[in-house]
Amino acid sequence: MKTNLKARTIVIVVTILLCIYGIIGLPTSKAALEQNVKDSIHLGLDLKGGSHLVLEVQVQDAVKADADTTMDRLKEDLKKQNISWQSMDRNDPQTVAEADKVEVTIKGIPSTQSSAFRSLVAERYPTYILTAVNSTDYTMKLKPSDLIDLKRDTVQRTMDTISNRIDQLGLAEKAVQQYGRAGADYEILVQLPGVDDPARVKELIGTAAVLEIDDVKDGPFPTRDAALAQHGGVLPLNTKLVKSKPRGTAAGEEWYLVGKTPVISGREMRNARPGQDEFRKWETNFNLSPDGGKRFGRYTEANIGNRLAVVLDNQTVSVATIQSKIEDSGRITGLGGEEEATDLSRYLRSGSLPAGVKYLEERSVGPSLGADSIHEGLVAGIVGLAAVIFVMLLYYKRSGVNAVLALILNTVILLAAISYFHAVLTLPGIAGVILTIGMAVDSNVLIFERIREELRTGKGVVAAVDAGFNKAWWTIVDTHVTTVVSCAFLFLFGEGPVKGFAVTLVIGLIANVFTAVFVSRTIFDYELQGHRQMEALSI
Amino acid sequence: MELFKNTNFDFLGKKWPFIIASLVLTAAGWSSIAIHGIQWGIDFKGGALMTVKFASEPQLDKIRSAMSHSSQIHGDVSVQNITGGGATNEVEIGTQLANETQLNVNRQAMQDVLTQTFGQSGGKLDLNNAGAQALVERLRDPLARNGVPMSDQQLQEIVKNILAVRDGKYSGLITDFNQLASVPGMNAAMMNTLQQECYLAPFHVVQVQMVGPKVGAELRNKAILATLYALAGMLVYIAFRFEWIYGLGAVIACFHDTLITVGLFSLFKEELTMTVIAALLTLVGYSMNDTIVIFDRIRENLKLSRREPLENVMNRAVNQTLSRTVMTSGLTFLTAIALFLFGGPVLHGFSFALVCGIIVGTYSSVFVASPIVLFWHNYVDKRKPQRTPPTVTPAASSRVEQPARKSPTRAAK
Repeated sequence: MKTNLKARTIVIVVTILLCIYGIIGLPTSKAALEQNVKDSIHLGLDLKGGSHLVLEVQVQDAVKADADTTMDRLKEDLKKQNISWQSMDRNDPQTVAEADKVEVTIKGIPSTQSSAFRSLVAERYPTYILTAVNSTDYTMKLKPSDLIDLKRDTVQRTMDTISNRIDQLGLAEKAVQQYGRAGADYEILVQLPGVDDPARVKELIGTAAVLEIDDVKDGPFPTRDAALAQHGGVLPLNTKLVKSKPRGTAAGEEWYLVGKTPVISGREMRNARPGQDEFRKWETNFNLSPDGGKRFGRYTEANIGNRLAVVLDNQTVSVATIQSKIEDSGRITGLGGEEEATDLSRYLRSGSLPAGVKYLEERSVGPSLGADSIHEGLVAGIVGLAAVIFVMLLYYKRSGVNAVLALILNTVILLAAISYFHAVLTLPGIAGVILTIGMAVDSNVLIFERIREELRTGKGVVAAVDAGFNKAWWTIVDTHVTTVVSCAFLFLFGEGPVKGFAVTLVIGLIANVFTAVFVSRTIFDYELQGHRQMEALSI
Repeated sequence: MELFKNTNFDFLGKKWPFIIASLVLTAAGWSSIAIHGIQWGIDFKGGALMTVKFASEPQLDKIRSAMSHSSQIHGDVSVQNITGGGATNEVEIGTQLANETQLNVNRQAMQDVLTQTFGQSGGKLDLNNAGAQALVERLRDPLARNGVPMSDQQLQEIVKNILAVRDGKYSGLITDFNQLASVPGMNAAMMNTLQQECYLAPFHVVQVQMVGPKVGAELRNKAILATLYALAGMLVYIAFRFEWIYGLGAVIACFHDTLITVGLFSLFKEELTMTVIAALLTLVGYSMNDTIVIFDRIRENLKLSRREPLENVMNRAVNQTLSRTVMTSGLTFLTAIALFLFGGPVLHGFSFALVCGIIVGTYSSVFVASPIVLFWHNYVDKRKPQRTPPTVTPAASSRVEQPARKSPTRAAK
């Protein structure tokens, strides 16, 4: 073993250098040093300050919307096939748990036309199951597999939309991720470092903003009544009235009569940005999805000269005239200026949330608390380390130095590993580092006590050191494995700060096996080198 | 320096007083839980918790009545001082969240009540509770009007500096505008504009935690499951490395530790949060360490002396490892105490759990785990039919002995 002492020393020195590099990089000045440390060690929200939101996607909204679209299409199909019906409705479950109960009820299909009805539904609505309640009434429900797909898809699109909207805040790092068990839970986690007032963010995320592009039938009218009066007091079939969002200078409100079913829904909007045309007038350019583009192309070709309204949350934000056929890329011109163009593109870009969200949890930590916590953590760490070093030196004399070196190296490796793995350091994580110091020293104590015992039985120094390390090895493994198992469960079941704690403790323990056994042994061997007949060991 | 050279305490002979002490402590813990209940932290109880730092001694009653009178806050309101770990003039205001829709409402409502009760009206921005973006937007136009030449970049920079000084140096609460005089980039005109547009509220919202009832229930489940799984994992691992009764003994000892620690939490009215559960799980792993070290030694000794009664072998093992047990527990205890004294209020519960748990854990490894194994083996042995021990040791089963030693050398000093 002595022969490869040099090789082992090189391994240790290289490890030390890599770790130091990982933590402080190659700094050229004190400021650069601080900056490098800040960059390499990612701080959790509880140390940096920021907010953490957990939202539940109200998937029942998406299922209901699908049922609504189905009802509209069905009504048209029944008309085309001359099948009469009495009423068509859907129920209205309000919670996520009841999302599976959404169903459409159709009443009054004459029994003579029931087979025509059935084949119509089977052919045109393959994702639905048709059940007969009696000879004239039916219910339709989504097939289970399609229901699951729709729910999962809704969560994914909601995550994407929220991601887009938060992007506009220009946060350096943000995370929108699935939370809980995918497919069973519909929860999203949003982490916003540095944002200690999530009210603004919640505004941006919105709750159930819906974006549509609707076909304008008539308008503008100064009031709702004026609009109705124009049409004999009754809303024409398949239309709705929308108010226009009051813009800064224009006084009062305007009402438009638009088609109920949108031409393009927010789901098809892919991108939008403000720009200037050849006359330096502001306009908004937008892109649609390929499917949306095809549908839009067919529609615009047939409706040149008619108007379209961009409607957000049932309020018109912009009305424009169709100039030519537009497929998946078009522009809205005639806007008031840069601000209007930018705002409009932001609305378009936000797309629409396919379902509402409910906030389940919100935590914000102000940056002052984060700074205080780091400071306190450092103080505790230094005090703990100093106490341990003092006791080790006192109790084990020069071998204590050995242990202290291994301990310091352990801490350095732990910090470097946190940096290299991009693990997040939280306040419990700092506690984990401090705890690692206490636990790491255990390995050394095990070995040293064993060496003392072996020396007491009369063994020579070299043999005693050998025996000490060998006999203690399996005990070290056992003790580390049990704590790692504990931490594994903590990692699985914990969240945020607790996960950070589990990660730091596990990394610290694994590093400890390296430092307490490999490094300590090398230091001992170094000391015993050439002293084969060493008479006593300072331990 | 060596404290425990060749000790020979009769740990297992004198087990009864210690087992009784254990039972008494456990009973005390349980009765405390029954009487006082456990202080569940917000993670498990749900609700809204706002930590606010005040410039001077906070008036709890005033805060409580202001919150209770708000039309938007329903349910009980609790206001307590935060103690522990260097917190000064900090209060924790708790309101209840019956359902998730109240989550949004409550946060804004609590903030509004604080501003109305302690802040100033008059349209100025509260500098002690403003974020960077709000401050930038507020100052942009007035600065232009006051003729202070500043690009947007410079404005962002100086706002960042102001907030850094506010949070880093003054823990988020500035009491006088002159405290900002040293901010890089500050000049008289800037200071003027600041004083024009902002005021300094006597409080600073440090932290807000809102946990809806659904999440609270989930976290409770997770905590319990994590603990049970961890204990089961330990049982399997130790049963695999030793005998199953050793695994059972170790797990019972750990379970006993957890119960006593939770009992102590109830007794000292400490809050049980998710981080405290993390500490408890760490203790489970850590307490196993001590137990394993002793079991390891018992196993080693058993190999060497098959005929000796189990009690003697165990005693010897415990004595042999005593030095290591005391040293390790002592050192880890030192780090836990450092955390408890200096780690700050956020880690208070966590470090309290560690401090109690280490003491209880070490104690249980010696006085609970081994006796359980001893009891079992004695019970099993009594039920076995009596066998006469062989009088002649066949050569095949000769005992393992230490190899012939080298010429004796001086032992350690």
